[in-house]
Amino acid sequence: MSDRRLRFETQALPHLDAAYNLARWLARPPLDADDIVQDALLRAFRAFDSFRGDNVKPWLLSIVRNCFLTAAGRTQSKRTVPMVSEGEPGADDPAWIADEPDPEAAAIGADERRRLDEVIAKLPHEFREVLVLREMEDLSYREIAQITGAPIGTVMSRLARARGMLKERWLSDVEGARHVLQ
Amino acid sequence: MSCNEALRVHAYFDGELDAGAAAEAERHLENCPDCVALLRDLEATRATLRESVPYHRASPELRERIADALEDEDGGAPRRRMTWTGMSFLTGAVSGGGVTALAAVLAFFLLLQPPPDLLVADLTNAHLRSLISDHAIDVVSSDRHTVKPWFAGHTDVSPPAVNFASQGYSLVGGRADYIDGHRAAVVVYRHGKHVINVFAWIAGNERLPATTVRNGYHLVFWKSGNIAFCAVSDTGLDEIMTLTDLIQKAGAPVTRE
Repeated sequence: MSDRRLRFETQALPHLDAAYNLARWLARPPLDADDIVQDALLRAFRAFDSFRGDNVKPWLLSIVRNCFLTAAGRTQSKRTVPMVSEGEPGADDPAWIADEPDPEAAAIGADERRRLDEVIAKLPHEFREVLVLREMEDLSYREIAQITGAPIGTVMSRLARARGMLKERWLSDVEGARHVLQ
Repeated sequence: MSCNEALRVHAYFDGELDAGAAAEAERHLENCPDCVALLRDLEATRATLRESVPYHRASPELRERIADALEDEDGGAPRRRMTWTGMSFLTGAVSGGGVTALAAVLAFFLLLQPPPDLLVADLTNAHLRSLISDHAIDVVSSDRHTVKPWFAGHTDVSPPAVNFASQGYSLVGGRADYIDGHRAAVVVYRHGKHVINVFAWIAGNERLPATTVRNGYHLVFWKSGNIAFCAVSDTGLDEIMTLTDLIQKAGAPVTRE
């Protein structure tokens, strides 16, 4: 095994789950998160010798994000499948809904969890990604700025907006559901 | 909610402020009910996201695919090539010596088993199998008094099966597996979202491999008496080492004759 591969396996591969989680939250059918992540990991491996720094995670995630944008652009131009934008009903595709039961996700009911998934999935991707990177990956503003290529101030305002949108839509969803029930 | 300080409250909540700015934010929070409500919302949102939204993990199949792609990228299949080099070396060394000499040399090399690389592959595959199949756990229990006796009837060793839940390592059960020609006991732990398989089997005289990484999984080896141990997981090396320290402190395993 080459030295580069050993370093890559020790330093980059431990972030494979983070890479996959980001890809899964960004990519929508017909895009395949597996393909995006494999593409990203291979590119990262090829570029690994030129990587300088000690924080591999944001570097790797920025490559995942680029691969997603490239794949999304390709899909859009070839098949004119629109990227999901606000208010678009796209989340009823079962492939998008979490496919494995997560025993740790028992805090709210399955139906509500599914709706929360949909609410997040329908956020525009620049808001969805800051939410995933901050709340699920626990990355700092600086790291998120590095990944998204946006200035820190933009990261802050996007994050604040993403949180506001999530709360608003989630609540209106829940209230809407209650309203129907009554 | 339209307070001008809202962004600063977000940054305060995210731990992004230095001590001075954080103190300022706290002073502001004492006098602004809107921002107090915002802070509470932020906490609730984060709790919901972390508890109720799936964290998508790479499947074992994807890990395999990536490992294969890296192998290809890394200049073909080194293991196969090494065999050929070795073979031509051997053939050259005994040329003229006849088939018997070749067999003797081969036998000598075969005695140096098990190659550590095979053991590492064996354990990684066993770990992958447990993630893919439903065969992750034979006996499901967080109770050491259930797991440990179960090993007695199914494997050659009874490693300690202690629940370290308070330290963040929950015992979820045990399993029998086949490692290096032995019936190995596997103690299964869960650490956050990660599974840690701790294999235990009767060791020979050979040296165990050093701590290593394979397909993104860490393998940590150690010996206790005549029992070999290996902890395998995709969680961080530090997290695995913490567990192996706990296990080693928990007491010596029992071998049955």
